[in-house]
Amino acid sequence: MSRKLTRRTFMASTAVGAAAASFRFPTPAIAQAAPFKLGLLTVKTGPLAQGGIQMEQGVQVFLKEKNNMMAGRKVEFFSADTGGNPAGAKTKAQELVERDKVDVILGPLAAFELLAITDYIAQAKTPLLSLAAAEDVTQRRPNPYFLRASACSSQAMHPMADYAAKEMKLKNVITISEDFAFGYEQMGGFQQTFEDNGGKILKKLWPPIVTPDYTPYLAQIADCDGVCQGFAGSNPLRFMKQYAAAGLKFPVVTGETGGDDALLHAFGDEAIGLVSCCPYTADLENESNKRFLAAMAKDYNVLPGFYAAGLYVNCQVVEAGLQKNGGKSDDKEKLMAALRSVSLTETPRGAIKFDHFGNVVGDFFIRKLEKTNGKLINKTVKTYHNVSQFWTYDEKKFLQQPVYSRDFPPVKS
Amino acid sequence: MSTLWLVLAVNSVTFGGLLFLLSAGFSLIFGLMRIPNLTHGSLFMLGAYFGATFVGGMLGIVFNFWIAALIAAVVVAALGAVLERFLLRQLPGQQLAQVLVTLGVSFMAADFCLMVWGGDPISVATPPSLVGFLRAGPAVFPLYRIAVIVIAVVVAIALWLLLDRTRLGAMIRAGVDDPDMARVVGIRVSQLFTIVFALGAGLAAFAGIIGGPILSVYPGLDQDMLPLALVVVILGGTGSLLGSFVGSIIIGFIYNFGQAMFPELAYFVLFLPMLLVLILRPQGLFGRFVP
Repeated sequence: MSRKLTRRTFMASTAVGAAAASFRFPTPAIAQAAPFKLGLLTVKTGPLAQGGIQMEQGVQVFLKEKNNMMAGRKVEFFSADTGGNPAGAKTKAQELVERDKVDVILGPLAAFELLAITDYIAQAKTPLLSLAAAEDVTQRRPNPYFLRASACSSQAMHPMADYAAKEMKLKNVITISEDFAFGYEQMGGFQQTFEDNGGKILKKLWPPIVTPDYTPYLAQIADCDGVCQGFAGSNPLRFMKQYAAAGLKFPVVTGETGGDDALLHAFGDEAIGLVSCCPYTADLENESNKRFLAAMAKDYNVLPGFYAAGLYVNCQVVEAGLQKNGGKSDDKEKLMAALRSVSLTETPRGAIKFDHFGNVVGDFFIRKLEKTNGKLINKTVKTYHNVSQFWTYDEKKFLQQPVYSRDFPPVKS
Repeated sequence: MSTLWLVLAVNSVTFGGLLFLLSAGFSLIFGLMRIPNLTHGSLFMLGAYFGATFVGGMLGIVFNFWIAALIAAVVVAALGAVLERFLLRQLPGQQLAQVLVTLGVSFMAADFCLMVWGGDPISVATPPSLVGFLRAGPAVFPLYRIAVIVIAVVVAIALWLLLDRTRLGAMIRAGVDDPDMARVVGIRVSQLFTIVFALGAGLAAFAGIIGGPILSVYPGLDQDMLPLALVVVILGGTGSLLGSFVGSIIIGFIYNFGQAMFPELAYFVLFLPMLLVLILRPQGLFGRFVP
């Protein structure tokens, strides 16, 4: 008697098969020994590569120090090169989340990359720890899955303005920075605090990001007693050289990228006297920083700057958060809550904690560039403690004013 | 205010000088071989990196700045010859393919530089004899920038003598005016291509290291400088040395005064003349053919 495969037989056997497939033996706790997947969105090609390469070095140094383990779990590290553009960032972020199934993503580097992926990250519920300084991601358009352990754009400029007005006694400053959001937000922050302390901003100059020769702008710097610049990447090097070549001698103040320790070996004597404010300084004397500096010197023969240190600290935060969450990373909401509640004291940048937007509250260092024993170093001259993204301003009032932009605060001439 | 205009005017000429060194090679290659050499920016950057390495000291020898510049130019000229002979000559007459090849090579060159010299910018020390300023009242002119004008003029004269007074120059001019007739007359146009490409590459590299003390050397230098070379050559005219020279000075002025007077429109001001020229007089001011 031949057995026909009737529809009834087919449906019944499919149902049984599906039930059998979905039946699982209760998984023992061994599942938690599953590796912790850490992704990194960085830039290894193109003009932003300088910072991007250092970001990866910071992570590698951390993983090596911890023998590739975090909170008792082995770490699987996925590094992705976004190419320094928003489309690349989106593509790589999707790859990390959907193909590699990472638990946490570090990076991306640039603010425009962050803005391209912020909605996707919130939707994919993947914790993201970035150096990108875009202000509104922790202010007016906060992303619940975002954490920033470095600084937002203006966070280093508020103390810089305070120092410039009170200690350097500057009164009339001309600002010059690149014509994009990072530049606007930095200079806006400087202007607000500088004017609150009785200073005046005479002019705001905005050269395009790509400006081989700054002379047309330098020629307009006159009749002031100081200059505030916010250049990033390799632009600070060129700017300081051309500034000195133009015969300008006014004191120059800058933020976290303008005087980055990683650029010290490339700067020449024209940079001596540059005052910068940064969330990280290589001359901070604590155990964690000493270990970090030694490891960077040994593995890469470089003096780390803002990018490498920032990622190292991000890794410390991830480890602490994972530890707090009992080593578990399946429930992303709980992991995120644990990450946001992290508060560390032993990091290369000192003590840090996070505000309720996920932005760091920590120390900011004012350094002066000097020459000692024939080498250029950034010497810390003042430390501002417990600096938040709102400085001394009331949070509600600060959020009501528009985000710092090209025209806000306006130049009062 | 008049100090500002004076400083800008002098800087326009010096920047124009640097642009001439950069674009003369591009114009020759475009003129003779009819291909926009998109590797030109990378050759500029390679020259700058090699020159910076020689100036900084290689194998224990620290080279004099000018010697380093010449060696860098020769090295990159050789690379240019290899590129032309083994890549571009495999695609005779296929201009689109040749353009794409030069673009691809520029990406490879950029990655190569990143691999060898890392991501950090490199400062090139101004030659010690040219450190300092020229002061005219309140206006300050760095000595090195004035020297760049002199160098550009010297190179311009040398190139003009080459093109006008030598047999090689005559062959190049013939090839630019009418490559097919030149072949009929017996000029080995393929060999000429290699020589001119090498010359163009060497000039670009020389420009790169001469620009080093002003611009420094960093990843992305190639992409920053290539559009400027394009604008100069399109404005001045392809295949014309005089066009390169005049175009460079004009772009130098537009760059300096445009950025000072209309900073929000910096790129617009720079590329608008190029657009107008393409519409109204496609061969450029002194061009010998329409690209």
